[in-house]
Amino acid sequence: MSMPGMYVSPEQLMQDRADYARKGIARGRSLVTLEYGSGIALVAENASATLRKVSEIYDRIAFGGVGRYIEFDQLRIAGVRHAELKGYQYSRSDVEARSLANQYAQMLGQFFTHELKPLEVEIVVVEVGIGDESNQLYRIQYDGTVMDEEAYCCIGGDADAVRERVAEGYDPELDADAAIRLARAALAGPEREIAAPDLEVALLESNLEDATHRRRCFRRLEDDEVEVALGDSADQPDESSDQEDS
Amino acid sequence: MPFFAPGDDPGASFLELLRRTGSEPFAGLAQVPGAEGGFGALERSHATTVLAVRSSEGVVVAGDRRATSGNLISHRDMRKVFPADSYSAVAIAGAAGPAVQMVRLFQLQLEYYEKIEGKPLSLEGKANQLAEMLRAHLPQAMRGLPVVPIFAGFDPVDGRGRLFQYDVTGGRYEEQDYATAGSGSLHAGTVLKLGFRDDLSEPEALTLSVQALWHAADEDSATGGPDPVRGIYPVLAAIGSEGFRQLSDAESGAVFADLQVELSGGGSGGAARSGSTGGDPSSAGGSRSEVSP
Repeated sequence: MSMPGMYVSPEQLMQDRADYARKGIARGRSLVTLEYGSGIALVAENASATLRKVSEIYDRIAFGGVGRYIEFDQLRIAGVRHAELKGYQYSRSDVEARSLANQYAQMLGQFFTHELKPLEVEIVVVEVGIGDESNQLYRIQYDGTVMDEEAYCCIGGDADAVRERVAEGYDPELDADAAIRLARAALAGPEREIAAPDLEVALLESNLEDATHRRRCFRRLEDDEVEVALGDSADQPDESSDQEDS
Repeated sequence: MPFFAPGDDPGASFLELLRRTGSEPFAGLAQVPGAEGGFGALERSHATTVLAVRSSEGVVVAGDRRATSGNLISHRDMRKVFPADSYSAVAIAGAAGPAVQMVRLFQLQLEYYEKIEGKPLSLEGKANQLAEMLRAHLPQAMRGLPVVPIFAGFDPVDGRGRLFQYDVTGGRYEEQDYATAGSGSLHAGTVLKLGFRDDLSEPEALTLSVQALWHAADEDSATGGPDPVRGIYPVLAAIGSEGFRQLSDAESGAVFADLQVELSGGGSGGAARSGSTGGDPSSAGGSRSEVSP
């Protein structure tokens, strides 16, 4: 990166890169991940029905990304490859979110320090625990910083404000529908409403009826399912606005 | 973590990813020195009966549980029918090791494609993937370790069950009514041929499959029959619009119990019979009508 006749201090260089990455991330909408009674919900504001922010990585592991789509989608694919290769070489039970999060952190850190431009992304990697195991939520930033979060985790330009709103309404015993409603209210804030088609929702469900047939815990909710969960169409019209008031 | 440059990306193929990360999935046996002469002693490799029958709801897939090693029975509870994904199944005949490995790669490939691309392969695409794996496996097949699968699934586009038969060279042949593979396939195929009707319901197709397996086991030493002493019954699976469902041992046992009643009490031969309770396959007994082939 050094150019002849010009000195830039390392502090300044890193600062510039961090600012660049943050600006890119701040342009996009946020994403909320929260644990509920029997799983983990991933809820993103996303007007596109095909360019997804939330995806399945492996049996119990899901991925969420915000920022530049092409960049976090590359990370998603690299994660699927890492997980599938590991599961093939060892066993499906050896694939876990912690190691995946570390791999992501290394990769993002590598990009941040050695490439011309850092990746303008922020991602979450979550794993749902089965039985007595606890859930794992990892948040990984553009520079490779990993954070091990509990209960909920927010990424994106507006993450801090969204996190505060989630914190106000959060209860670990929420059911899936209530978790989705809370996430929507938190993403929207007091001044906006987000309609069901602009939400992308997926669940990692731990209460599998039949473990052999439901190995894959990831389930993406279709628009009509999201509508039902939000209560937009039927009996609980006031639920989400209640949470916004609180 | 595997990361590829844009022009250099292996795409949605898991096999290609394996190759690119240094583990050729079909290399192992081809490189064994001295394998040129073939694994002659192991060549009783079609020893199995697996089959698939189309029903009005979708398709039924079934297979016996016996694995043999020469004259010995090496496993009594082997499974040769596997879910390929939620809407399809693969059943295998042939050398057990490579066959099971191929199924595993096939399952991984379908799931991998679905995750990378964001939507599942078409049923035809899945059938072609399996053909490609068989072609890659041909060198080992020539050394005496063939794999001959049947692939069957519910096609959501057509809204019906479809089934595919293969040969060791990767030849792929779509069948309309039923498909069989393995050493007992001749006997099983005859029973299916005689008992098949275009409007078989799922319980009827299950009953017909069980009859076919029973007759195959009756004539072929390498095909295992029902084993009520140990509670081991052939694997039965049904795929319809609701997806893949494997019957429990108790359910399979009940279908066989029906057959036993019919064979011991019902008179002549039984090869061309098709039970039709029209209801739950697990309900033992029940009224039964004879259907002419």
